[in-house]
Formats: sequence, C-alpha cells, structure tokens
Amino acid sequence: MGKHASDRRSIAALVREAEVHRDVYVDPEIFDLEMEHLFPNSWIYVGHASQLGKPGDFITATIGRQPVLASRHTDGSIHVFYNRCPHKGVKIASEPCGNTGKFFRCPYHAWSFKTDGSLLAIPLKKGYEATGFGDTQANEGLSRVRNVAIYRDFIFARLSERGLSFEDYFGESLSTIDNMVDRSPEGKLAVMAAPIRYMHTCNWKMLVENQTDTCHPMVAHESSAGTAVKVWKREQGDSTETPMAVQLYGPFMSPYEFYEQSGIRIWPNGHGHTGVANSIHSNYSDVDGYLDQMVAAYGETRAHEILGEVRHNTVYFPNIMVKGAVQILRNFIPIAVDRTLVESWVYRLVGAPDKLYERALMYNRFINAPTSIVGHDDLEMYERAQEGLKSNGNQWINLRRLYAADEQPDVTAVINGTSERQMRNQFHAWAKFMTMGMDEHTEAAQ
Amino acid sequence: MIDDKAIIDFIYREAELLDTMQWQSWLDLFHSEGRYWMPLEWQQQDPVLQPSLMYEDLLLLKVRVERLAGERTFSQKPKSRCHHLLQAPRIVACDVAAGVFKARTSYIYTETRGDLLERYSGWASHDLVQVGDGLKIKLKRLDLVNFDAPFGNIQLFM
Repeated sequence: MGKHASDRRSIAALVREAEVHRDVYVDPEIFDLEMEHLFPNSWIYVGHASQLGKPGDFITATIGRQPVLASRHTDGSIHVFYNRCPHKGVKIASEPCGNTGKFFRCPYHAWSFKTDGSLLAIPLKKGYEATGFGDTQANEGLSRVRNVAIYRDFIFARLSERGLSFEDYFGESLSTIDNMVDRSPEGKLAVMAAPIRYMHTCNWKMLVENQTDTCHPMVAHESSAGTAVKVWKREQGDSTETPMAVQLYGPFMSPYEFYEQSGIRIWPNGHGHTGVANSIHSNYSDVDGYLDQMVAAYGETRAHEILGEVRHNTVYFPNIMVKGAVQILRNFIPIAVDRTLVESWVYRLVGAPDKLYERALMYNRFINAPTSIVGHDDLEMYERAQEGLKSNGNQWINLRRLYAADEQPDVTAVINGTSERQMRNQFHAWAKFMTMGMDEHTEAAQ
Repeated sequence: MIDDKAIIDFIYREAELLDTMQWQSWLDLFHSEGRYWMPLEWQQQDPVLQPSLMYEDLLLLKVRVERLAGERTFSQKPKSRCHHLLQAPRIVACDVAAGVFKARTSYIYTETRGDLLERYSGWASHDLVQVGDGLKIKLKRLDLVNFDAPFGNIQLFM
C-alpha cells in the first residue's frame, strides 16, 4: 500500500491554498489515482465530428488509460464505445482513424457489431444456444460510454456514472469553442490532417499549467522568439513587411506589463484563459477578403465582435488547451507520471481563405512540434522540473503569486494576467475531481 | 561542370558540416531562396496547406543556428551532437542544360544530448542549383520513415 491509496483526506492534503505538494507530479501512485478517478470523473475530449464525415468512419482515443472508439452510424448519429470486443477483450479498432464499412469485425473470432455498437453476428451462433448468453453483457455488443456530449462538433465523454453534467462542468468556458467555430464564415470547423505529436518526459500537469503561465515567455523563450526577433531586425534589409513567421514569434517577447494588462479569466471547475483584453494573437495581419466574408455572414457588428475576441490559451480542465485565434487544440495525454503525449490539432475554418489555415499550420509547427525551437525551450524546463522535484530540500511548489486570502474557489473572475490564480483554480478542481466519490469507492472495494 | 560525382560529393560534404557542427558553413550551402522541409505525411505534396514538422526558409534556419549558440539557450546546455550515416546518393536528375540536379539519399540520423541518444531513419531529397562553379540547396526534403510517431526534441538538422 502506498502513501495515499484512495484516501480522500490524504489527497486533499496535497493541495494547500497556494501551494501544491510535489507528489502530484512525481508519485506514480498519484498518477494511478488520477487515471482511476480524475479522468473518469471529468469530461474528456475524444475528437471532432468532422473526423467522422461518413457512416462507418471511426476514431480511437484514450481516456485516462482506457481505450475508446467513436463511430458514425448509418443514421448519422455518433456513438462512443469502450474499444474492446465483448468476447475476449481484443481492441476492435487499432488505427487512429478509418472507415469500417457497415460493421466492426473483431480480428480474433469475427464477432461483428453494427456501427451503433450492437451485436450483429457471431460465427457458429448455435454454440451459444441454451448457454444463457442472452443474459450476458457480451450479448449487448460493444460497451457504450453513456455520457457523451457533442458541442458544436467537439466530442466529449465522461466515463464515470457520477459527476457533473456537461453544461455544469464547462459552463461559460464553452465561449472559447464558440468563438473558434464562429470564426468560420460558415460556422463550421474541419479536421483535415493528423495532429503533430510530441512526447514529453514530464508530468502532464506541467504542460497544462504552462498554458496560463505568462511569466515564462520572455525568460524561457528569449532563446527562440528573442533570437527570431533579433535576426529579423538585422536581416530584413529594405523590406518593411513583417513576415508571418516573425509575427508569430515576436509577441512571445512581450514585456510583463503586456501580460499583466492582457488579463486572465477564470471559471469554475478549473477552466480559464489568458488574453482577456488583448493577447499575443492580437496583431496578426489581416487576410485579404476574410473580413468581408465574415461581415457578409454575420453582419458588421457581430463580425467585429467575433474577431475582436483574441483569447490566448483556454484551459479546459483537465487536459486540453484551445487557442481560438489560430484554431489549435492541444491534447495533453497522460502516459505515465513522467511521460505525456501531446497531440496538437489544427482545425480549418470552413469557407475561410487558405491563408488562415496556412497560418494555423505554421503556428503549430513553430510552437508545438518536436522540431519547434519554442517547444524545446518549454520541454527543457518541464524536464528540469521533473528532475528537480526529486529534491527533498523543499517538497512544495509555490503558487502564491497575486494570492489573496479571501479567494473563492469555483467562481468566474477576471484578474491580473500574471496571476497564478488559474493554476490554483486548476488544483482546486484537481482535488475536487480526484476525490469525487472516493469514499464510496473505498467502501465498495472493501 | 556539374556531374554525378559533384552532386554526391556535395551531399557528403553537407553531412560532414552538420556532424562537425560547422553551422555557418552549412547555411552557406543554401540558395537564398532555399527551403528545409520535413513532411508530416506520407509522400506529402504540399508544404503549405498540409502539416509539416519543419518548413523553413533561410531566415528561420539562421535563427536556429544563432539560437544554438545563445547564452540563454537552456535546451542546449549540455549541447546536442549529431551523426549522419548515408547510403550512396542516387542521382535522380543531372541536367546541366536545364540546371536541374536532384538526388535521393537513404540515411540513419543520430542525435545525442547528455546521456540520451535518439535514432531516426529516412530519405533525404536534395534539389540543387548551380551558382558559379558550385551547387546550392534549393530544397532539402527529409522524409522520416515514422513521420507520424511522437518524437521528443529534435534540435539539430537531419
């Protein structure tokens, strides 16, 4: 038995009002408890409906450690299943995406299932007559994930039967997804390609926290963004047009005052975003024809309202970040206590000029790829933290920046952009969803 | 006069410059409009409207090279080193009149930093042009066999 087991008090004691114990990043037992409790109790991103364009299309994903499968049925409906055959447990789909035709067929014994998961056929069916098979769970086909929500084509699932409804869980934070979708003149996003994948040898929460950490860019990214700005200034010659690349790198070097004034907005349940008043995405060049398209689609006022919303990073607790202004979603997929797979997806704004998609793809490879110099800066810090936290000199991580003793959890507020309050917000949610139902669970296990 | 041997020698020389970390000399091999491209799709056709791991012009390559030596480039403390193992390049085009020179080279690339060592396999495609008596890189394309795998940091050049 480890230090924490499924003990609600022991877990809660790891999170103080403005400090967090290092065990949440380095203890494998805490990681196991996150997989068992936190991820099933939360709403987790599975994929985008545009990846399921035709009946028979499917995608696979992982929620915590559990493999899931989402498919488009013949009637157009989308279903999410546990990705295992009800016979011997073999994974039904092994590829990230594909089209299965009219039915899924297990490669081991050819049990087959309709694209809504129901059992279609078993070879030698006679062998199951009078065996009581009809009363088994296997007879129901693929086990269904019952709590599925599709919000403006974003597919989320919650594995646990307990927990908050989708609306209560995300609340007003969905406005970031709304803004990203509304940026398409047709109100529609499309996934056109596979994500960029990047393996991080660090705890998944370090990545999530970094999304709203505004005190590191000018320090950690001096080597990448700082060098980009310096080289550009020296080499631009007579050219006055800032190339797209420099527009993307440059704002990372903004001073503290810029981030302070940009602001952070927090929401209940650990969600929050940087870039309230303005952001590093505020000053990109206009793309020819795009504003006209938006005005035609939404009217003058609404079009400017949509494009005036330039939120930087929105954290959807626990493990995705959405960047509406450049149509990117980063999925921080936990593999082990010190290993995280990052999948960075780019959505195309349906109906918008190619240039916007080009810019989003460029941003993704500049910032989120294993070949990204900005990514190298960040990962170096996470890896050093993962190593440094082994130190017994001080076992607490300090999140006290702009802390006020009367801070309330689970509220909506707009605060100074260099505050660590969003990280405190996340850890409040972490403790909440880690321990949700934990006492009942312990009793059930006895 | 550019012949097959000149193309092959150029490609071996390029790898040698990378392996010996002579970054500035390596940059000098590029044409002013040269590109370095690492696709993210099998037999990818479009570097702009399809996702890539890298697609960089000379300015961005200069940024990378300058960054490697930066005082505050923490991901290069300690520094990375690399090693190229090249199969003999296959000359795809050597048309002196048209100024078109292309080669394809199978490679194994090793990048190491501290105690870590990572290996990558793929094919390098060189599109070269004649400038004066010599050759310059118009496009260097690196197709990894496992382009879709989740990699850790790739900090140097394949």
